[in-house]
Amino acid sequence: MLKARGLTKKYGDTEVVRGLDLDVRRGECFGLLGPNGAGKTTTLRLLLGLIEPDAGSIELAGIAVPRHAREARMKVGVVPQMDNLDPDFSVRENLLAYGRYFGMSKAAVAARVPTLLEFAGLTSKADAQIAQLSGGMKRRLTLARALVHDPDILFLDEPTTGLDPQARHLIWQGLRRLIGAGKTIVLTTHFMEEAERLTDRLAILDHGRLVAEGAPRALIESHIEPAVVEVYGEGLGDWMRDHAAGVCQRFETVGETLFCYTDHAEDVIAALKQAPALRYLHRPSNLEDVFLKLTGRDLRD
Amino acid sequence: MRSNLRLPRLSWRFIPVWQRNYLVWKKLAIPSILGNLADPMLYMLGLGYGLGSLLPDVGGMPYLTFLAAGTVAYSTMNAATFEVLYSSFSRMHVQRTWDAILNAPMTLDDVMLGELTWAASKSLLSGLAILAVIWGLGLYGNFWMTLWIVPVVALVGFCFGGMGLVMNAVSPSYDFFLYYFTLVITPMVLLCGVFFPVSQLPPVVQGVSAWLPLTHAIDLARPLVVGRMPDDIALHVVALLIYGSLGYVVALALTRRRLLK
Repeated sequence: MLKARGLTKKYGDTEVVRGLDLDVRRGECFGLLGPNGAGKTTTLRLLLGLIEPDAGSIELAGIAVPRHAREARMKVGVVPQMDNLDPDFSVRENLLAYGRYFGMSKAAVAARVPTLLEFAGLTSKADAQIAQLSGGMKRRLTLARALVHDPDILFLDEPTTGLDPQARHLIWQGLRRLIGAGKTIVLTTHFMEEAERLTDRLAILDHGRLVAEGAPRALIESHIEPAVVEVYGEGLGDWMRDHAAGVCQRFETVGETLFCYTDHAEDVIAALKQAPALRYLHRPSNLEDVFLKLTGRDLRD
Repeated sequence: MRSNLRLPRLSWRFIPVWQRNYLVWKKLAIPSILGNLADPMLYMLGLGYGLGSLLPDVGGMPYLTFLAAGTVAYSTMNAATFEVLYSSFSRMHVQRTWDAILNAPMTLDDVMLGELTWAASKSLLSGLAILAVIWGLGLYGNFWMTLWIVPVVALVGFCFGGMGLVMNAVSPSYDFFLYYFTLVITPMVLLCGVFFPVSQLPPVVQGVSAWLPLTHAIDLARPLVVGRMPDDIALHVVALLIYGSLGYVVALALTRRRLLK
């Protein structure tokens, strides 16, 4: 459904995207993860043909991009990172106006509006102004707007950033419905939970390069030990010196906390019994551990 | 970089953009019309009667007629300029409406052509309103000839819409537009024969005036009001077309650089 080879984009001397290869199959939900500045949004803009790559090739829905970007975008719906609903229009008018940008007739869009409003849970808000909507409603409307021309593939740039958990779950439900209906989805996010829940496969991007690619579960299994024990409290230094190397396959300290990665959490917990002043949290390893391992813990701005 | 400079590819897809602006305008049409038209009309009537009664014929016609002919062009210029500066800037920079449209199968070429044609359409209304006053007060020489003012006004709107889009492309904020008004629009109003004949100006300044788009607009509009075919029609039409098209092409290149980074 989507194929990119050797994708490269430079701004001045900075290479933002460096030789990226991507494959997204029909009907799959594909996640693009990476810290801020990793090149996620630039990659999406390249894939949509909004900007031209310095090198590499893109095929979107079987169409060469950017050469035939217009035709390709007929088959794509986009949910941008920042809401850009039309504030001069009501909810319904937003959908009507957007359909016309795809060359749809007024009647064709109007026929789709009830379905879209129902999908977004905004049927009762059809005539509301955009300013009256909550953040979650705006996102849902943006998602519905991206579906106005019934695209085969959907691009979502951080679809749930800034939403509360209720609103986020509603968006997830909507996306699952779309996946169920056979749509192909490409989404960027830095919520690991979102990626773990929704995506069939994902790619982790850092400094414009692919650092890992695969199914979330497989990535966790191949990159990280199955359990994590986070240890903190008084006397951490002593315990670390005496025990950490013995019971952890791998460990690191971040601030005042020791992260102990292990196949045998029970050994770590037994060793912790000897230091009752220490507190700990035992949990299965997750995608965030993989992400931090691969992209480091440094702040990106 | 090179891709920013490529020439516009025009397509009929600009129409939904024009239509979007039209539908929004329709919601507030009455206050918008009043706001746009009242100001030039008050100036024209106030100065035309107040000052005109003190004056002999100006340029071979009563001052009110002279001023009305200038105001047709002036009012059109203002309407087109305001539209592509403040309104287009809101849609591009503040509301991000253009970004949303660009995610559809639309190019910046389409969006900006839609904005330009919309500005020309809206300013047409401003010009026509003044024309209606000219008809109402019987300030014309030959009614049928004044009908030629309609395409002239459309052309003037296109010209200043295209020029204004360049400012839209380079402006960091609304405040920046003041420079354009102070340095371009206001001097033109004074140099191009809206309020008094260009022949009153020093020869050097007249030379400058001859190059300015508003002069070409007025050189077309004023003879038509008094019932005479303008001189050098082709020159004026081409000049206005060049200013407008060049503005659009330059604005497009600059806006590509601004938005499609």
